[in-house]
Amino acid sequence: MLRVIVRRLLQLVVTLIALSALIFIWLRNLPGGPVEALLGERATPERRALLTKALGYDQPILVQYGKFMQRVVTGDFGNSIRSGDPVTDVISRAFPATIELALAAMIIAVGLGVPLGYLAARWRGRSLDNLTIAGTLLGISIPIFFLGYLLKDVFTQNIHWFPPSGRLTTGLDNTNVTGFFVLDGLLTREFDASADALWHLILPAITLATIPLAVIVRITRASVLDVLNEDYVRTAEAKGLRHRTIRGRHILRNALLPVVTTIGLQTGALLSGAVLTEKVYNWGGIGTLITDSISGGRDYPVLQAIILLAALVFVVVNLLVDLSYAFIDPRVRVR
Amino acid sequence: MSDPITQAGTPAPRPGDDKPRPGMSERSIGLLGDRKKARLDELARASAADRGGISLFRDAVRRLRRNPVAIVGATIVGLFVLMAIFAPLIAPHDPVQRFDELTKNLTVDTIPGASGEFPLGSDPLGRDFLSRMIYGARQTLFVGVLATLIGLALGVLIGAIAGAFGGWIDVVLMRLTDVMLALPSLLLAITLVAMASRSSQWTVIFAVAIVSVPIFARLLRGSMLAQRESDHVLAARALGVKERNIVLRHMLPNSLTAVIVQATLTFAVAILDAAALSFLGLGDPDINRAEWGLMLGVDGQRYFEVRPELAYYPALAIIVVALGFTLLGEAMREAIDPKNRR
Repeated sequence: MLRVIVRRLLQLVVTLIALSALIFIWLRNLPGGPVEALLGERATPERRALLTKALGYDQPILVQYGKFMQRVVTGDFGNSIRSGDPVTDVISRAFPATIELALAAMIIAVGLGVPLGYLAARWRGRSLDNLTIAGTLLGISIPIFFLGYLLKDVFTQNIHWFPPSGRLTTGLDNTNVTGFFVLDGLLTREFDASADALWHLILPAITLATIPLAVIVRITRASVLDVLNEDYVRTAEAKGLRHRTIRGRHILRNALLPVVTTIGLQTGALLSGAVLTEKVYNWGGIGTLITDSISGGRDYPVLQAIILLAALVFVVVNLLVDLSYAFIDPRVRVR
Repeated sequence: MSDPITQAGTPAPRPGDDKPRPGMSERSIGLLGDRKKARLDELARASAADRGGISLFRDAVRRLRRNPVAIVGATIVGLFVLMAIFAPLIAPHDPVQRFDELTKNLTVDTIPGASGEFPLGSDPLGRDFLSRMIYGARQTLFVGVLATLIGLALGVLIGAIAGAFGGWIDVVLMRLTDVMLALPSLLLAITLVAMASRSSQWTVIFAVAIVSVPIFARLLRGSMLAQRESDHVLAARALGVKERNIVLRHMLPNSLTAVIVQATLTFAVAILDAAALSFLGLGDPDINRAEWGLMLGVDGQRYFEVRPELAYYPALAIIVVALGFTLLGEAMREAIDPKNRR
């Protein structure tokens, strides 16, 4: 087990180093060079020379790479071109918003997906099953930003159930503790802020949950169907065990193993979907930051930091899922 | 050999129950009489497949034709392809021509709706929206097919080399796919487009294609590795067939069915990703191009309040086509699954 962890960790480090090397090469090969990308085309030669020296671009390429890696490891990505603030500040301001949205979406997807998938499998071939399958196929075929606009149109323009965009009603002043607005309101006992944040959260979370929900339903259904055919389920039934016991101990516990992996893999879908969802609802998280950093002249320092951060989150979550699998499933541990 | 599952006491399969259980080793399958016959059948099929793959495909096609899901999927895909090919014959107007009778009614917040000559009304530049929708099939097919083919070609190349050579080449290539998999798909595509200094139709196609490369590569590598120890490869090797021919004529053709299935599914993802890139402002900047993702992502977004039809029609077209390819792909996957083979 320990050997597996160490090997996977090494692989992870190699992957991240390779990715950072690619980003380094990309930044070095920007049109006009990295300094022009930072200062703009009309910078004076003096300023250019100054920055070239300050950033060490006059040194040999390997030394530059070493310095780049040093900065990456210490989390120093310089300043945003757009706002001039340190990249770390810009990102840490946006990060909680995206995490809050992604968590809410995941709660919806898992909370709805696992029971639905289970019920669909139990009543295989009946109308609920067919409806569920049709729904999941539609869910993975619909462009989620279009779904976002559709939901927004129906629930904020036609019937005013939810606010159209943002994380809080303008003018409502909340105390910022963790950056997770729903949690902040609870911590500071500003329950109105908490409720308001939750109210803003619902539509974006539903939009973002669509694809993970569809995938989780399908995997759960397939997995439960597999387990239902197993001999140990038949044995349990033959022994006369209560249905509830069979369902809980035999079917669900075994069927949920592949579902756990899928949930982990959906982190990717969530990060991708967040970019689109956040644009639709003007959410102000990492997704919005990516869109802004690209559209208004590329903000390279912010972009590279986000890319590395997203990769780090994604591979670490996947590693944790793989490891957790070993803990849930004793059979994996033996090998 | 330690097989924790059989040790844990899985009961022996009853006669006639030929569904292999997860974790059941190849060897325990080979010990059964019925199984052995099935293996021989499979061997015969595999050798037939080596002579052009007729029986494997015929087998799958037979099952596909009985599956309503496959028929629906294939019908959608067929109609879509026909529309793309015959767009000039079907479309009432030139998709890039601006019509005076449409442009004169254009303002900031009115876009002319349906009228006799223009059944779907105007687009924001005074062009016939119906014709653009019909020609859209062509451009969408182009983007989807090209992105899928590039992804497939690169992925198959990487996977085949890794699977055929193994050793350090395999390790290096798989770490390369790890790097591509380290970023969630849309983020990887965004990164690639952002790396290009200007976006064009080709940056979009390329970015969407690269996303599918690691999937194809891993699929093919896995299939090649699984075949390495299989009977038909061992037999070919024993007969003294050259290693190169074993890879090219025995292993690759046997992996292709899985690749074709994956390509069908990839097409749906490709047009959805292309639409997403357009939505983010990273799409094709050519204002004359009529591609559904572009129409939905740019005009559909910008004029959603003014004329939501500009979003509804391309979105509907994308959903139906993506659904068609997904249905066809899943039905194909089911058809080639050996579990369903009779």
